[in-house]
Amino acid sequence: MTDQFLYAIEVMINGLMAGVLYSLVALGFVLIFKASGIFNYAQGVMALFAALTLVGLQKGQIPFAHLINAMFGTDIHYFGWELPAILAIALTAGVMVVLAILIERFILKYLVNQEPIILFMATIGLAYFLEGLGDVMWGSDIKTLDVGLPQGASLWAEQATSGLGSENFYGFFIDKLDIAAALTAAALVISLTLFSQYSKQGRALRAVADDHQAALSVGVSLRFIWVLVWSIAGIVALVAGIMWGAKSGVQFSLSLIALKALPVLMLGGFTSIPGAIVGGLIIGVGEKLFEFTIGPMIGGATENWFAYVLALVFLVFRPQGLFGEKIIERV
Amino acid sequence: MNVMSNDPYTTADGRRIGGVLMEMKNITLRFGGVVAIKDISFDIREGEIRAIIGPNGAGKSSMLNVMSGFYTPTEGEVWFEGCPRPQMRPYQVARQGIARTFQNIALFQGMSTLDNIMTGRITRMNSNLLNQALWWGKAEAEETVHREAVEKIIDFLEIQHIRKTPVGRLPYGLQKRVELGRALAAEPRILLLDEPMAGMNVEEKEDMCRFILDVNDEFGTTIALIEHDMGVVMDLSDRVVVMDYGKKIGDGTPDEVRSNPEVIDAYLGVSHD
Repeated sequence: MTDQFLYAIEVMINGLMAGVLYSLVALGFVLIFKASGIFNYAQGVMALFAALTLVGLQKGQIPFAHLINAMFGTDIHYFGWELPAILAIALTAGVMVVLAILIERFILKYLVNQEPIILFMATIGLAYFLEGLGDVMWGSDIKTLDVGLPQGASLWAEQATSGLGSENFYGFFIDKLDIAAALTAAALVISLTLFSQYSKQGRALRAVADDHQAALSVGVSLRFIWVLVWSIAGIVALVAGIMWGAKSGVQFSLSLIALKALPVLMLGGFTSIPGAIVGGLIIGVGEKLFEFTIGPMIGGATENWFAYVLALVFLVFRPQGLFGEKIIERV
Repeated sequence: MNVMSNDPYTTADGRRIGGVLMEMKNITLRFGGVVAIKDISFDIREGEIRAIIGPNGAGKSSMLNVMSGFYTPTEGEVWFEGCPRPQMRPYQVARQGIARTFQNIALFQGMSTLDNIMTGRITRMNSNLLNQALWWGKAEAEETVHREAVEKIIDFLEIQHIRKTPVGRLPYGLQKRVELGRALAAEPRILLLDEPMAGMNVEEKEDMCRFILDVNDEFGTTIALIEHDMGVVMDLSDRVVVMDYGKKIGDGTPDEVRSNPEVIDAYLGVSHD
């Protein structure tokens, strides 16, 4: 095998790993869109908020410390204890559930039966609110997130593959964090699928997604299901926040990963969980391979725009996405 | 047959009719200035097939929506099992044991027949969210029990061949049958059917009639149904309420209603000569 070919494979594997991370974000969108027809603009900010809360809890940061200091002239920042990662994650998941309850109680409840565009606007408001809340609560400095996930190159992958090419080929470089992310995402998707296919609440969730009236008539509480689905989306956001935060630090730009989820959704379809996964993988591999093969010819930096162009092409030929439901109007 | 007293009795074909199960007391429903239902009272007795008929726009569907909790009456009370029902949301009414179908089918189009009918069991499942999420404890045993109940309904309605088909692909008549199955799956105290025969061809209508009678006969389910096809209703029901322009113009056995001059006027028009 030529080195060039091996490099291409390496690029592809790394693309798949990056794709998994895109999928994680897209998954949060799909869950909420399926269950309530809301395109949740705040999904990215929810990931940021979850990551901020996780770091804050873990490091024993005092919430609203800056605000308290400014108001009372005190100088407090930390409680002085640190929580084990697993406990901090559980607590943050709890915070995301509380957030879901508050969102239902103060926003969704009043917007039942409104146009999708109005609900969409409400989530834009929610996004800005959460962004501000995250800043005020935990401070706006860049934080490192360390929950004990393995980091750095996987020696095992490198050694296993180093013999494949010529002397100049050192084996595949695969980040252990990416492997962890891929495994987590796989576990998450499998459990979500099982939950939605084979459990009472999962079935109720699909029922609500399909027809509100009919769901009510069989005894499903819409409000409970909305809290449930926003909680799940919150926890998915937390997982995405952990992975992206561990990779590139917890900072405002984390919320922009939501923008990366858009082409993934257009590709995979807004209503399909497998679509979110496959879409993410295609975008991940596509942009890495494109950069590797075509990039050098046109000056590089193609990763910034490739995903969007691909999505645009898809919109022209298959507007419902790969796995989305085809909308057929009977006349 | 002394239908007007509230004592239990047995019908000519051997079905037992019990005491009053649900009672509508002076129900009035207004939408702004429009009066959809005007001071209507009637009762539904355990085990009977009760029909509500009337021309289009008479307020029949509004009445059914009041009964199933989709509308809250402006005035009046709904009594269920001997107690006045507090203001409830539709899902709470469903949990009380009142199942319904819709005039324009409201099935979960993307789900299979089996899954659609399984949703009908939601009120009957009581393992909690944690058990369900982890598929642990009661959840698995419960799913098996409910699956059996659902299979029985599928056999009963003769829809075995479409168990796995997404209902969106089924013809209209079959969709209606699946919707009936979903309502039945809740093992309701009262089954409310909103125009179960609307838009069907003769054969489908006959099938549906048979299923309604069988449900009542075999499971002893109390049924309240809305129809505007007089013929079907008269053969099917024990007692009939007739509505016109939101008012009750007749109530009694099919024979009584048929000979009621007001009902004849509403259906055939009044001659003004």
